This record gives sequence, C-alpha cells and structure tokens, in this order.
Amino acid sequence: MVDRLPSGTRDFLPDEMRELRAMTERVRGVFERAGYGEVYTPALEYETTFTRGDMQTGRPAYRMFDEHGNVLVLRSDMTVPIARLAATRYHDAQPPLRFCYFAHAYRGVRPQRGQSREFLQAGVELIGLESPEGTVEVLTVLCHALDAAGLQNYRVGLGDSSLYPTLLDRLDIDPDRREHILTELADGDFVGLQAEVDALGLDAQAAALLLEVSRTRGGPEVLEALEGPLEYAATGMRGVHALLAPEIAERIIFDLGLVRGLGYYTGAVFQVYDPAYGVPIGIGGRYDELLGQFGRPLSAVGFSLNVERLHIALTSEERDG
Amino acid sequence: MADPSALRIAVPRGALFGHTLDLLDRLGLDTREVRENDRKLLFEAAGIITMRPSDVPTYVEAGAADLGITGKDVLLEQSERELYELVDLGYGHCTMVLATVAGQDPAAEALRRLGVMRIATKYPRIASRHFLDTGRQAEIVEVKGSVELAPLAGLAEGIVDLTASGTTLRENGLVVREEITHSTARLIANPVSHKLKARAIDALLERLDAV
Repeated sequence: MVDRLPSGTRDFLPDEMRELRAMTERVRGVFERAGYGEVYTPALEYETTFTRGDMQTGRPAYRMFDEHGNVLVLRSDMTVPIARLAATRYHDAQPPLRFCYFAHAYRGVRPQRGQSREFLQAGVELIGLESPEGTVEVLTVLCHALDAAGLQNYRVGLGDSSLYPTLLDRLDIDPDRREHILTELADGDFVGLQAEVDALGLDAQAAALLLEVSRTRGGPEVLEALEGPLEYAATGMRGVHALLAPEIAERIIFDLGLVRGLGYYTGAVFQVYDPAYGVPIGIGGRYDELLGQFGRPLSAVGFSLNVERLHIALTSEERDG
Repeated sequence: MADPSALRIAVPRGALFGHTLDLLDRLGLDTREVRENDRKLLFEAAGIITMRPSDVPTYVEAGAADLGITGKDVLLEQSERELYELVDLGYGHCTMVLATVAGQDPAAEALRRLGVMRIATKYPRIASRHFLDTGRQAEIVEVKGSVELAPLAGLAEGIVDLTASGTTLRENGLVVREEITHSTARLIANPVSHKLKARAIDALLERLDAV
C-alpha cells in the first residue's frame, strides 16, 4: 500500500530543494541588505486574528481546535501575522519597521502546478512609511529581489485599488451597483462590466470612461494626458512614478484597471508577471488600515512572492532561452 | 515562438469552428491551412491551436494560448478558472434548458412524490447551481455523450443541456420546461498575456470593433 498525501501538498526532493534554497538565499540577501530583518511567526494562529485582519478572500481553509476548544487556523498569508507581530512586539518602536519572511502559508485552492495548498512565500513588509515613498521603496526591493533570483524578463503591474472606486464616487454611482461593477472588474469579466455600465444609464462620455479605464495599461504614457475625474483618481500612481528610479520604472506596467480581491488593500496594488509563465508570480500592495485593526494605526506596504512559481518562471525562461 | 509579442489563439472545433475561422479571416489571420487540415492541431505560422471547446479555458488559463474563443456555457461550467472575458462575439447563440419527455412532466412528478428529481447533464455545475437557486432538490447525473438518451432509458427524469434549434430535443420526444441561460461565443484572454501583450491584444480588439 502507498500512503498518499493530502490534496494540494507534495514532497520536495534534493535536486529541487537545492535549486529552491539557492534561489531563496539570493533573495534573502537582497532583503537583508535593504534593512529588512527576517521574522518567523507560528503556522497556527487563533482564528480571531485572521477574521480581524481580513474577512474577504484569503480566508484560512484549515481549522482545528486546541485543548481548550479555541479555534486555530493555519495561516493563509504572512501579512496578517506580521501586522499582529508589529502591533504587539513592536508596540512602542519608532517606525518605520522593516521585516522580511520566508514562510509557508495554507489555502484551499484548486491544486495544479504552481498552485499548492501549502506554499512557500518570500516577502517583505514595510510599516509606517507613507505613500509614495514606502511604495517606491518596496517596489525597488521587489525588482532587486527578482533580479537576484535570476529572472530576466519579469514585469510588475502597478495599479491603485482606490482608483476605480474614486472614479465611481465622482460619477455618483449608486453603492449597490458599485459592488457589482468592482466584482466584474476584479473577475476580469469585461463583458459583464460592459453590461453593468450600460445599465447605469450614464451619459456616453462617462460610460466610455469607465470602460476605457478598465483596460488602460502600459508604460508611463498611460499616466499622461488624463483629464477630469480620472486625473484626480490617478494622483497616487503618478506620485509613485515620479519617485521611481529609471531601471525600476521600465519594469512597471501602469494598470489603471488592476484591482485586487484581497480585502485589506487600500492603495497601490502590484502583481509580478513573467512572459514565460501564464500566472502571476507574486502580489503586493498597500494596506494602510490593517495595523489599526491590531491597535497600532500605521500605514504599511509589502509584497509576497510565491517561491514555487518563481522557480517555475526561472526554469521556463531557461527553457525558452 | 519567434516573435515574443505574437499571439497564440485557441480555436474551438465543433459548432463554433466555422464562424470562428471566418472571424479570424476578417481580422487578418491566414486560416487556409486550418481549414484544409482537420487532423493537425498546432498551426505555428497562423498562431492558432485547435481543440474541443471545453478545453479552451484550460489552455488559456495556463498561458499555453494567449487568447481563446469558446462558448459562455463552457465558461459558466468552468467558472473557477482565472481568465479574462473580453468580448461577446455575438455568434453561436444557444440556450441552456431543462427538458423532459412531452406530456405530464415526470421531473415535477418525481419532485412532488419523491422529493428529488434526477437530472442528466454534461453541465453538472450549471445544473446544480440552477436547482440550488430555484430551491429544488435534484440529483445530478453526469454523462459524457448524448444526454437525450437518459430520460428515454429511465436513467433520469430530465436533462439540462444546450440547444440551438431544439431539433434534437424534438426528435427524441423531449420538450423544454425551463430556459436557464443564454450563451454566445466569447473571446477570453490569459490575464498575464493581457498585461504583457497589451498592444497586440488591443490592436486585435480594435480590428474586431471595426469588422
């Protein structure tokens, strides 16, 4: 009889481990040199910690009881535990605080290549440095980490999760319709989005603007020549762009339609892409409200790379040579 | 692949095949080789790969194709996939229906007297969702081939299936009891390709608007 593994988990054997370890060590060097000290938190947390942090997606999939009947969860990301850590262990420390981590997280995803239920994340959190400076620093560390990993052709999509909502506010869209519109946008359903916008009965110009913005992505030219409500809504992204070093800026895809499903993002959001691999390698963004949930209201920004996906992208680039 | 910005499109064989190739012709792709060769699957020069419609989301989600064309019925059945749905192409009209044998409705009868009806379908998720949404208990029996056989042979009281003209249903003595949803062909995109090959994809969409 062969003993099986739980769905979505797997073993890692020496050849793969050697490559993964070498890659994460290079990334760790970048994090450490940028002043991000490594932390580790328990894989198990009280469920209340996670419900406080984020009720939306990324909800923990694995629950159990301790000997007192408390509900424990396997962490579904590292951002919430580090927010807890920063608010408790560093409650009187002078910000900004810089942490990095290499830790497994657990989610009930549909298992496939690069999508495991136990997955290793490598990331940083920068706490107490406002936008745009904090966002720019984290984007810079992200690109340096990807360079150190050895990835050649990666790009980083940069959006602003408050951009589209701001636009909807300025157009006085009914709150009920708003949610539908933002859901279609987050799902990438442009047909559904068009139907929702048509149903609003806006004037032609406003309707065209909503549809146009949802698919506007490209180089810095995207941020130029914006007018009306959009110019105001894109203030945050322009502020970030103005401070980026040229070698970082050329990696960025400015994406006005990028919104992330994860509940705690408040401003800038980013996603890491590589042409050799069809799924995003990492995500990140600002979560300026999350620390306040743990009693220490500080702005924050961070990213996490999915180490397994990074490795797949790296080997795919080598193969495509 | 020689040109990194070149697009690869997943094209469905079957009912949508002819219309799709006509559309690609109008968009300026060379589909002659695809039309002439119905065994070959990969047409590198034209940037086309062909497959059954239900496989299109699989290839596009994985990034093995940048774009794909498939029915909304397929997308609804595979709604968990991470894909962008770009355009309703407006052809391939069909309707997802609940059908049972003509005369007194045996599914309603089963529901009334046995509390649950058995429904055969190739679309278990769409069917489950429909009965859940309408508050009825149904046992979904998944079949791969001709669904019309199931109520005739006594496997199920009804079927949930896609119909364009209703001919097959009529020929098998079945009548439509409910329309569940309408479907047309959709252009879908891999989310990463949509960002990294934005220019090529937007150029294609512009040509699409023009035809």
